[in-house]
Amino acid sequence: MLCKLSVSNIRRSLRDYAIYFFTLLIGVSVFYVFNAIGGQATMMQLGESKNEIVGLISSALSYISVFVAGVLGLLIVYASRFLMKRRHREFALYMTLGMSKGGISAILLLETVIIGMLSLGAGLLLGIGLSQLMSALVAHLFEADMSAYRFMVSGEAAVKTVLFFAVMYLVVMVFNSIMISRFRLIDLMQSGQKAETIKLKNPVLCVIVFLVSAAVLGYTYYQVGWNYDGLNRTKFVLSFVAGTVTTFLIFWSVAGMLLRVVMSAKNTYFRSLNAFTFRQISSKINTAVCSMSIICLMLFITICTLTSAFSIRNSMNANLRALCPADFEIEWAVYDDPENDRIVFEDVAEKYADAGMDIREHFRDSVHFHSYIDPALTLGTFLGSQLESIRSDYQFLNYDAHEEIVRLSDYNRLMQLYGREQLALNDDEFLVAANFSSMIEIRNRILAEKPAVEVFGHTLHARLDKCTDGFISLSSNRVNTGILIVPDDVPDESGAGADYFIGTYAADTKEACAQTEQTVKEQFDRMSRSLADDAARSVMTTSKIEIYENSIGIAALVTFLGLYIGLIFLLACGAVLALKELSESVDSIPRYVMLRKLGAEEQDITKSLLIQTGVFFLLPLLLAGIHSVVGMKFAAYVLSVFGTENIGASILSTSLILLAIYGGYFLITFLSSKRITHAAQNIRTQ
Amino acid sequence: MENNTGVQMKGADRQMELLRIQQIEKYYGSKSSLTKAIDDISFNVEKGEFVAIMGASGSGKTTLLNCISTIDRVTAGHIFLEDTDITALKGKALNRFRREKLGFIFQDFNLLDTLTAYENIALALSIQKRPAKEIDTAVKTVAEQLGITEVLQKYPYQMSGGQKQRVASARAIVTDPRLVLADEPTGALDSKAAKMLLERFRYLNQERGATIMMVTHDSFTASYAGRVIFIKDGKIFHELRRGDDSRKQFFDRIIDVVTLLGGDVSDAL
Repeated sequence: MLCKLSVSNIRRSLRDYAIYFFTLLIGVSVFYVFNAIGGQATMMQLGESKNEIVGLISSALSYISVFVAGVLGLLIVYASRFLMKRRHREFALYMTLGMSKGGISAILLLETVIIGMLSLGAGLLLGIGLSQLMSALVAHLFEADMSAYRFMVSGEAAVKTVLFFAVMYLVVMVFNSIMISRFRLIDLMQSGQKAETIKLKNPVLCVIVFLVSAAVLGYTYYQVGWNYDGLNRTKFVLSFVAGTVTTFLIFWSVAGMLLRVVMSAKNTYFRSLNAFTFRQISSKINTAVCSMSIICLMLFITICTLTSAFSIRNSMNANLRALCPADFEIEWAVYDDPENDRIVFEDVAEKYADAGMDIREHFRDSVHFHSYIDPALTLGTFLGSQLESIRSDYQFLNYDAHEEIVRLSDYNRLMQLYGREQLALNDDEFLVAANFSSMIEIRNRILAEKPAVEVFGHTLHARLDKCTDGFISLSSNRVNTGILIVPDDVPDESGAGADYFIGTYAADTKEACAQTEQTVKEQFDRMSRSLADDAARSVMTTSKIEIYENSIGIAALVTFLGLYIGLIFLLACGAVLALKELSESVDSIPRYVMLRKLGAEEQDITKSLLIQTGVFFLLPLLLAGIHSVVGMKFAAYVLSVFGTENIGASILSTSLILLAIYGGYFLITFLSSKRITHAAQNIRTQ
Repeated sequence: MENNTGVQMKGADRQMELLRIQQIEKYYGSKSSLTKAIDDISFNVEKGEFVAIMGASGSGKTTLLNCISTIDRVTAGHIFLEDTDITALKGKALNRFRREKLGFIFQDFNLLDTLTAYENIALALSIQKRPAKEIDTAVKTVAEQLGITEVLQKYPYQMSGGQKQRVASARAIVTDPRLVLADEPTGALDSKAAKMLLERFRYLNQERGATIMMVTHDSFTASYAGRVIFIKDGKIFHELRRGDDSRKQFFDRIIDVVTLLGGDVSDAL
């Protein structure tokens, strides 16, 4: 009997709350898909360094999964509480018929079990299907060969999914039982009958709250988006709190003002169904202020996360092309003794020769040069008159670090190899090549004064009033904090420092390059082993292939994390709004029947539904969008090390995902509302 | 009042005829278990009449009203309002017919709980896309006629049952419909509120010239009408016209018929 009741209850609610089951299903499948990535990547035989990255990604995703499970758990608890509230009268009927609270709990338990099994089963199937698609993305990100790939099911991910969701459903069951134990028959019977009081908020208060909130928000925007130099951890947290509170207050005051504003336009208010539409909205909006604020913030986080993730990924690809114009680099520095960080010069090519090898053997083209250090020239002395003001702004910079100095001809030979523009200097001039944006800012403060700098006893003047874009070492990011380029006759050989060897392989295909790299690295190891002395060397080799693989890893990591969090947040936002809207539609059925009896046109009713649904989906999105503009401005600053040239494309990708999921929920909600308010009428329409 | 009398009826011009119901039938259910809710009913309603339809529960009176109000379909027969056969209306024409020609009053008021009394009344006009200025005048006029000017800014939950029903009546009448249809309008009211409402109906009928058709099982309510049609088992059982009787005398005559109808309606009294 109980079982029959449960099944018929589910069947009935499935019709109205299909969107909830749909969300559960997608939630399960997304959870599975992201947890199965590790297993899939393993199948693609990516090679050792990539496997390491896949391991990192897998563990990052599994940590995030706990958070995601939390979000989904909250969503499920919210939804089940919400759905239960709507069934108070049904429970009252059971109780008046003599069913015990235990019996009701049993019905709900059975329902949860059935829904849980259905959503888990279907979700897993969908997830297994989707993860085959996902593997195409994995292969694309890792530039792996898909030919070795076959259909796979990750047992580990499946077990994990079942486990996590089982726990979530268990929590829901406990929660439901607690709710039921608190029921009192009289409250249940009267639920929904209680006269719904409509309170209009004090309009003056609303306007004041709105203006104050807008002002505080504007100030917060300024702090985060424009005044970020002065931002520290406390201020950042404060800004976030201020943003959250003002978001809530803005929704609160808008909820109070919206109707008044529309009402004051009498001609609009009393046209067609407008009065009805805005009364509907205002009756819902007051109860929805809290959830709308949360949805707004979640959308904001989603937009920023997705855009940043795409942006990092896009700029990484662009960076690699720009910042890795050669294949291999050796940076060879020797310290005079371990305690002292003074670099003494040692020629790396000689060391190769000593070991019986030619450093240039496998290179088509290469540059070999060394940089210089003037013991008297540190960052502090370079900054000169600006030092004190800069020191007060940036306390943690090492102002005693020696400036690296490079001869113009060496630098230009490297630029020739890199295919970059060569520089020109007069005899008494210098340039600073840098590409790390915050150091550029700092150096530009003094360069703007066109200062004179003492280098090895020569007085040199800045050729430009700002840094020149440039770098020596291969890198995935813009991390060159500044190199002084000086005329060739300025440096003193006694100041010779780090030795550089940078070259491109004598190989054309990808495979040949990989082959050459192997040989080059073996040679380097052989040379290193042949070194007899135990001098304090700081040796670094960098290769384009290594940087590339690491970048792919980071790009894949941020893409997966961004997508994972973004998808789940969008899903949760869409589901909460859809549930709220649909249940409102169910509640409003009598109103729509009434409108039809009064002879309202179908198209007017449809328009009214569209406006109602639209306002609820658009309001949080609108504010989230404004938040995001500032949020992205700040993110762009934080991410400037990656470069943010492609932010437009990232915003486009984010918008498309947002449109697909959030827009999808909007469309489904609108169409379902239309169906609910249309089909439930017992009134002739034709 | 005058054209409610039987004498005037006989000599009435065809022009005065508003509603013509021709042999309508309404069946429910399948072939194996057929329920005849309406079994061959025909009658006419003149313009400016106040007609009550009486019958016990299940007699078919509400079905009849639903068919006339285009909420339900007839199985056979025709219903003409002026020259329109409303049984043939569809889609947009049906909606236009409802909002322009008919006014509804329901037992449970059916006011929109989110709207004030003023807005509820105005809705009937704004659905017709009337200009706001005209709406304001019309709402205030009808509110005065129904004695609800003080409650115009209140919400349904702040009003008494009688006030709600008068607001619902105002909404039904404000568009100046050809025909006002009331389904058990006093069903949810106490006797004092019911009496007040019926007085207003009579006022609307006489002063505004509204044609009212009201379904009720209550003899007292029916006694305010100019004509009472009794329905039993889906057929017209009897018809009474008030003529020059006082309301009290008419009430007594109605009671006589109700008694004649038998026990199955007495429980509804």
